[in-house]
Amino acid sequence: MDIRLIKDKLVANAMLILTIISVSVVVALGLGLYLRAEPLLATHDIWRLFTDSHWAPSKGQFGFYPFIMGTLWVTVIAISLALPLCLLTSIYLAEYAHAAIRRLLIPLVNVLAGIPPVIYGVWGIFFVVPFVQNYLAPRFSDSSSGYTVLTGGVVLAVMIFPILVSIVSEVLRTIPKELKDASLSLGATKWETIKKVTLKRAFPGIFAAVVLAISRAFGETVAVLMVCGNIPVAPDSVFDGGYPLPALIANNFGEMMSIPLYDAALMFAALLLFIIIFVFNLVSRLILNRIEHRYA
Amino acid sequence: MRRRKAEERFFKVLMVLACIIVSSSLFLIVGTIVVKGLPYLTWDMVSKVPQGGFYIGKEGGVLNAIIGSLYLAGGATILSLLVSIPISIYLNLYLKRGSVVSKTAKLAYDVLFGIPSIVYGAFAFSIMIWLGVRASLLGGITAVTLLIIPIMVRTLDEVIAAVPKELKHAALSLGATRWEAAKVILRQIRPGIYTAVLLAFGRGIGDVASVLFTAGFSDNIPLYIDEPAATLPLAIFFQLSSPIPEVQGRAYASALILTAIILVVVIVSHIVAARQSKNNV
Repeated sequence: MDIRLIKDKLVANAMLILTIISVSVVVALGLGLYLRAEPLLATHDIWRLFTDSHWAPSKGQFGFYPFIMGTLWVTVIAISLALPLCLLTSIYLAEYAHAAIRRLLIPLVNVLAGIPPVIYGVWGIFFVVPFVQNYLAPRFSDSSSGYTVLTGGVVLAVMIFPILVSIVSEVLRTIPKELKDASLSLGATKWETIKKVTLKRAFPGIFAAVVLAISRAFGETVAVLMVCGNIPVAPDSVFDGGYPLPALIANNFGEMMSIPLYDAALMFAALLLFIIIFVFNLVSRLILNRIEHRYA
Repeated sequence: MRRRKAEERFFKVLMVLACIIVSSSLFLIVGTIVVKGLPYLTWDMVSKVPQGGFYIGKEGGVLNAIIGSLYLAGGATILSLLVSIPISIYLNLYLKRGSVVSKTAKLAYDVLFGIPSIVYGAFAFSIMIWLGVRASLLGGITAVTLLIIPIMVRTLDEVIAAVPKELKHAALSLGATRWEAAKVILRQIRPGIYTAVLLAFGRGIGDVASVLFTAGFSDNIPLYIDEPAATLPLAIFFQLSSPIPEVQGRAYASALILTAIILVVVIVSHIVAARQSKNNV
């Protein structure tokens, strides 16, 4: 056989092996974390792990409830702040804005995606924390340190702007012009067309973008850790401190080796994050892929 | 009719407001960092490693962290490039479009892209314990490489998909093997590779959670790959938690340095991307 053909075959097989190895990182991540978390699952009831709120590693008590609640509070606040803003921004960019404005704004928002989490954290400490402490909190509750789940939510909201804006405005652009024209020609105003035709049609895509943003917010570690107080008690209001799951892992990694089962508990937290984010990402990517194929 | 028009006007005002809030957040962040960091930024900060008593406010700088970060992000970028180029060529040029393998692989990279860096950090740390490797530059590079491979593959995938199909067909019809055709395509997408490199480098240099347990921390510039290395984000994180004002000030200055590096990377990648779109008429 020709040496060139042999070379081609060899390269093909090498690439296939490389692809398989790197794709199997997904499996390795899940399996590796599960194996390390196994000692905890073997000695503790999984339902108790989720619902127990006592966190005392030295006594062998691992209740994840406060941390799960902390994560949920921060994520819900972030999404409810970011979604309306990003939806309005994306609609404006896709339907109303001049092309020049779009060319200016989209890159600006994308730069936001490149800013490192630590920088968001520093910004949170100097801008959002004092704002919450001095202006917002005194109006609604007696006193607050400023290091609250609300602060974490605001910082996270800004961090998920790029995902939401870029995906939603992309989705809005796939809506067929004929549909909008039909609505406009029947006498609907532009806003009515957007409300009743475009947004309805774009719903799966917007849903996918939100799911993706949620999973990003779930996993964000350092920026949230720096501003949300890290108090291992489930928050009661937006002005309470919280302690999200990723922050738990990051803060306690140093000492986990000295206490039995502590490392298994932290790996369980990582496994939990991995499973939730894996499922969320899978769902939203499948929806987005289908949209892309329909209009490709 | 007037009510309907009024509703449209109302929402249009809201939309413009939302646009202003979303787009001004970048300036707000960068502005805060510049205002806070500039007063503390000195030449010593970028040219010296920590001297004795640095962490109680004495002399020194964060050169160890700057170099550490560059080594770490640079090493991880090179490693992930070596992995990602063959993968994206295989997925796009060797496999048929829409084949099960390429679809599954692309979905897997999309999902991996969404996995947070703390999970990669925890995973890499577990591997390091298993292999008996201590926190070092090598450990950090491993974690960051895992983190940026999906970014690289996804970007290269888009770039290769944008190359006209005719180029591949022309090469193949002239009797080239698929590998030889791939080399032609590779030459064509060189600017796209630069974009992918910059994107991955920017992500790698800014990430904390993945290097928190894997790279360690050291006041010296690492000379070998098995030594612990300081990183800029981690240096910011540590200095910020200090109660001493001078040390905190250094955290602001370090944040400014990191922001500057990121902005340079972003601007260069935009210039490269703009040039690329000019070439592909």
